[in-house]
Amino acid sequence: MTEADVAHVEGDEAESIVDAVAIRGVTKRFGSGEGEVVAVDDIDLSIADGEFFAMLGPSGCGKTTTLRMIAGLEFPTSGSLKIFGDEVGTLPPNKRPVNTVFQNYALFPHMTVLDNVSFGLRMQGTDKATASAKASELIDLVQLGGMEKRKPNQLSGGQQQRVALARALVNQPKVLLLDEPLGALDLKLRQEMQLELKSLQRELGVSFVFVTHDQEEALTMSDRIAVMHYGRLLQVGSAEELYERPVNRFVADFIGQTNLVEATVADGDMIVLGNGSKVAAPSNYAAGTAVAMSLRPEAISIGPRGSVPSERQSDSLDGVVSTAVYLGHAVDYHVSVDWIDLEVRAPAIGSHGRFGPGDEVSVWWDRSSNWVVAD
Amino acid sequence: MAVVYEQGDIDVEPFIEGEEATPEFEAANIRQDRRRGLLIALPAYAYLIIFFAIPLLTVILYSFATRDRFGGADLTRFNLDSYADLNDELIRTIILRSAGLAILTTVICLVVSYPFAYYMATRSETVRNVMLVFVMIPFWTNFLVRNYAWYVILGTDGPLSRVAEFVGFGPTRVLFTQAAVVLGLVYSFLPFMILPLYAAIERIDGRLLEASRDLYANGIQSFRHVLWPLSLPGVIAGSILVFIPSLGAYVTPQILGGTGTTMLGSYIVTQFLTARNLPFGAAMSTVLMAFMLAATIIYFRKGGRTL
Repeated sequence: MTEADVAHVEGDEAESIVDAVAIRGVTKRFGSGEGEVVAVDDIDLSIADGEFFAMLGPSGCGKTTTLRMIAGLEFPTSGSLKIFGDEVGTLPPNKRPVNTVFQNYALFPHMTVLDNVSFGLRMQGTDKATASAKASELIDLVQLGGMEKRKPNQLSGGQQQRVALARALVNQPKVLLLDEPLGALDLKLRQEMQLELKSLQRELGVSFVFVTHDQEEALTMSDRIAVMHYGRLLQVGSAEELYERPVNRFVADFIGQTNLVEATVADGDMIVLGNGSKVAAPSNYAAGTAVAMSLRPEAISIGPRGSVPSERQSDSLDGVVSTAVYLGHAVDYHVSVDWIDLEVRAPAIGSHGRFGPGDEVSVWWDRSSNWVVAD
Repeated sequence: MAVVYEQGDIDVEPFIEGEEATPEFEAANIRQDRRRGLLIALPAYAYLIIFFAIPLLTVILYSFATRDRFGGADLTRFNLDSYADLNDELIRTIILRSAGLAILTTVICLVVSYPFAYYMATRSETVRNVMLVFVMIPFWTNFLVRNYAWYVILGTDGPLSRVAEFVGFGPTRVLFTQAAVVLGLVYSFLPFMILPLYAAIERIDGRLLEASRDLYANGIQSFRHVLWPLSLPGVIAGSILVFIPSLGAYVTPQILGGTGTTMLGSYIVTQFLTARNLPFGAAMSTVLMAFMLAATIIYFRKGGRTL
């Protein structure tokens, strides 16, 4: 993460550290005339060498198109795309030093595991013995030793995933691209593979560029995350930055769960909520701007009506519990405050009592945990 | 396998209200299901027996009979003479020629169809359907009529000859040559190659080709190592669907071919109608069918399931 930040700062001034991937002003349009779709809209992006980088967004946001442009499977309509300083915008995929782990793996069904993994080396002209030896090494690395002779349809989803990984990594790509690689796995296996991918990346020191629509997955594995929406790059930052300081309403809502409380900026330090109450919330927006205060469910405390600590009086609201869902480690409440509905996640142990639907409660929060976003 | 009967099913006999399930109940269910299946298939079975099995057995039976003096078959004297007669210079020539022309037809069909099928399989839904209609349109006209159209086009005074003359090649006659026969066969059977190829290529996941390109294969390598092997079931199915009818073709060689291009089909017809040697014609037919059957079995052994 720190390495990435350094690259980010210095890369622009001095060319001392070359970005693994540098995207400048890249736009991709599909179709023409009436049916034209702008899949990627003028994005700038730098991915540092050795970084685990995630591209996150809902389906159709342009993240996969961006990945495919890096791979060479799509060509940008305009803009510059460099891999380690070399312009590759118009090179076919076989001329680029990157490899892809495809969604649903795209393993060659008519080839054995060994032939699948050695395919890239064979196509580059490596002789059969050397290619097989290297492929076997990679197959061992992904813990599939002994399965060399099997066909992909004789493997489980998780094993196919490993073959896809080995098939890409055997070529020693400078950047590994992963397109929703864990999407087809069940939850338990997915969590296992997340950790494995992460440690594999650290071991190899190669940049991984990872596309996902699953924000938890992105937060778990990545050094930095790019959030995309409607073809535009909204924010690039570490998990903490995105979670604690989202740049707009979409990012605040997309990364984790949050309560967005409509408000208007009063002056530099105060905002006025919908019910007229003033709340302290520093922001850089001009007075009168319509904003939303983002309050994470876990940052809100809940207690019986009137139990608000005196120092939190100005950061509190009164309401009625509408639903309470027991989650084991926490209780998820929906609290109706006269003009909004707040989601509150209170720890099951050590909170100010347990409440049921209809209970009159007060909610309050730490001044530092609210964050103001605009559209 | 449990058979589930729903309300509204044709019959619900085994269903008895308030009874527990027993193995006997299940067995009765399965038996009834089989019986019903047989009943439904009965018309098709009857058709196959009357119009396929009986005639086929008749041909095989005749092939072992002896030709009598009046051009009929003596069904009291069975022997292998007709099969022995197949070992003849003329027959060998005809078989080799037929096989050669059928192979040539198949190869030309394959080379012409493959790019077309690939193009079709990679278009949008609408374009595909339009292209499929274009492939089918020739079937709307009678096979015989289409062959006579070629007869006119390729004839001495036909458009082809006129064009050749105009360009300066002089009067050209393609009609009654082997080239005309192959042209006619390719024209007739091209759709039988295109359709299975299209079906096979359309099923291939496009990401596999992308993956091969991503793994440093160039276009040709990608074709050789991924597209071609994966489309092989379609290639085999199409080849058999073109090769078999080409080998036994009768109408096209008869109309477009000359005396020097007699193929198996024509020769067999001659044996039945002109030479009146029924057992010999039947023997040739049997051998031809056995060969085609062998070709088909080899195809299914190869694992093709496109038919």
